[in-house]
Amino acid sequence: MPMEPLLEVRNLSVAFPTRRGTLKALNEVSFSIAPGEILGVVGESGAGKSLTGASIIGLLEPPGRISGGEIYLSGRRIDNLSDEEMRRVRGREIGAVFQDPLTSLNPLYTVGHQLAETIVTHLDMSWAQARTRAIELLASTGIPAAKERIDHYPHQFSGGMRQRVVIALALAAEPKLVVADEPTTALDVSIQAQIIELLKKLCREHGASVMLITHDMGVIAETADRVAVMYAGRVVEIGPVSEVIHHPNHPYSSGLMGSIPTLDAHVERLVQIDGSMPRLTAIPTGCAFNPRCVSRMPRCTRERPELMPAGATRAACWLHDNAELA
Amino acid sequence: MTTDLSKPEAPLIRVEDAARWFDVSPPWLERVLMRRPRIDLRAVDGITFDIGRGETFALVGESGCGKSTVARMLVGLYGLTRGRILFDGEPLEKMSQPGGRALRRRLQMIFQDPYASLNPRWRVGRIIAEPLLTHTPMTAPERVARVSELLLQVGLDPADQNRFPHQFSGGQRQRISIARALAVQPDLLVCDEPTSALDVSVQAQVLNLMKDLQRRLGLTYLFISHNLAVVHHVADRVGVMYLGRIVEVASRDALFSQPRHPYTRMLLEAIPDLHGNGKSRTRVAGEVPNPLNPPPGCTFHPRCPHANERCRTEAPLPIQAGLSVVTCHAVEEGRIA
Repeated sequence: MPMEPLLEVRNLSVAFPTRRGTLKALNEVSFSIAPGEILGVVGESGAGKSLTGASIIGLLEPPGRISGGEIYLSGRRIDNLSDEEMRRVRGREIGAVFQDPLTSLNPLYTVGHQLAETIVTHLDMSWAQARTRAIELLASTGIPAAKERIDHYPHQFSGGMRQRVVIALALAAEPKLVVADEPTTALDVSIQAQIIELLKKLCREHGASVMLITHDMGVIAETADRVAVMYAGRVVEIGPVSEVIHHPNHPYSSGLMGSIPTLDAHVERLVQIDGSMPRLTAIPTGCAFNPRCVSRMPRCTRERPELMPAGATRAACWLHDNAELA
Repeated sequence: MTTDLSKPEAPLIRVEDAARWFDVSPPWLERVLMRRPRIDLRAVDGITFDIGRGETFALVGESGCGKSTVARMLVGLYGLTRGRILFDGEPLEKMSQPGGRALRRRLQMIFQDPYASLNPRWRVGRIIAEPLLTHTPMTAPERVARVSELLLQVGLDPADQNRFPHQFSGGQRQRISIARALAVQPDLLVCDEPTSALDVSVQAQVLNLMKDLQRRLGLTYLFISHNLAVVHHVADRVGVMYLGRIVEVASRDALFSQPRHPYTRMLLEAIPDLHGNGKSRTRVAGEVPNPLNPPPGCTFHPRCPHANERCRTEAPLPIQAGLSVVTCHAVEEGRIA
């Protein structure tokens, strides 16, 4: 990475205290995002993708808490900020787009009010200036007749249009990083493509980096520069997007890519990873993937692999341990 | 399976101009006082297709296009406003007449949400045995044996029949739903988004299982999905729905290699694909209109790049175009290839 990373996550762990002991939902997750880069984060439900996003924007739901590790934004540590300080970072420096656009917007205020409020809070602008800027923003997201639509309430917009408003809201204060958690999952396919294009275009224009969390590999393939594959609270592989998709180096990534039906090739049977992701209460020792892994070795059940160089990517898998080969 | 699939000889299911409207008018008094007319939501408005024996017919479309309504019409959960559905030559209304149970047995359904479609208070054994109670004269020990056999068939353990649904993962629950549907040896399985609630690796397991079962038991599937990649994987023939109508029916290969209807083309171009980096994309504008107030003429015309005056006023009828049946003026007039 030539430039200093915009976001750096180091050994992030998130724990949930329960009556039966503490559950480690994230276990020493590390990655970084360069300025202007789009990092995709994929994995199946329960892998910890959304928790990673929530930790970064400081919206971890109690009783979950960051139990270890650090998060740096432009070199400044943000995981230990007070709520008040974090509130200033959120919106100003980190924008967020969530899955359901209806719950991200306040139904009682017009979208114009919500946009202007964000702008006035974070930027040095009057309400009148903020309103002009809000109209510009709304127009830039491709909402027709932005001048009139700005005084409409969220329920007067369709799902796709609402998600456009949410994107405008996320970019309102010109943040350096946008965390988008499943931004297209609630939308229809024909709308999905529009929203992804929009997110890409706007972030490029504003020079914002994006952390794109999704379970849809197709979306990642078309959008991201690099991708991190998560499994049971850990990053198991990270690398350039085409490498991870076409030449995955972790057995879980290869299984995941093979299990996705595609439009080009016709395969009679999909690659099948037997079993399912372990529950947090019963994460296997060693590599968490070992009970489902086709290339398991005795070592995998004892020692936990860290990310190590593997082909053009980095994978947490003992298959790539050079010391073993030597 | 080749092109002749677009016209099967003796179809298992024949749907002829079937429609289902829902009355969504305001209450009577309000209607009278405010002088408001009745309002019908035309969820499905005149669709025609066949499904051959042993075939997988898929219906795709975006939310609100009426595909789930079709599924419910096919298993008799919704009556028809117009048209008819023939199952093996017999009209579906027979199902609700005396002796209709034999017909009902032959059509079973798998639902989308494996959390909502299994009774949480019943043990798995009872859930799977329920259709056996209704449709067969089996004794209790026979039922237990049959349930064990079914559980093995879907890749679960016979001992699982003493457990409750909450003890299973989403994929395992969908296997239980499949076992329940297979209990009475149906001919047709109507699968309404059977894998949409599942993660991709689990989806692969369920899709593989469904294919294996089809081969082994000679099942016919109506497979409903919004995911074109999944449809491409499972289907023999595909129908594309838009606002309550089928706009194109073709064999899978014809549809995916040579889509005819502008909406089908749009859908195919819109989906993000694993290998699609840098794919040139025609920009898709607009969204699905409100089905309560569909546009006149061809309902797709506001979003269609090929629409002309005729499309805005006159609803197109299905025509044969190459290997596909397409409902589009532009294709009929040869304005688009």
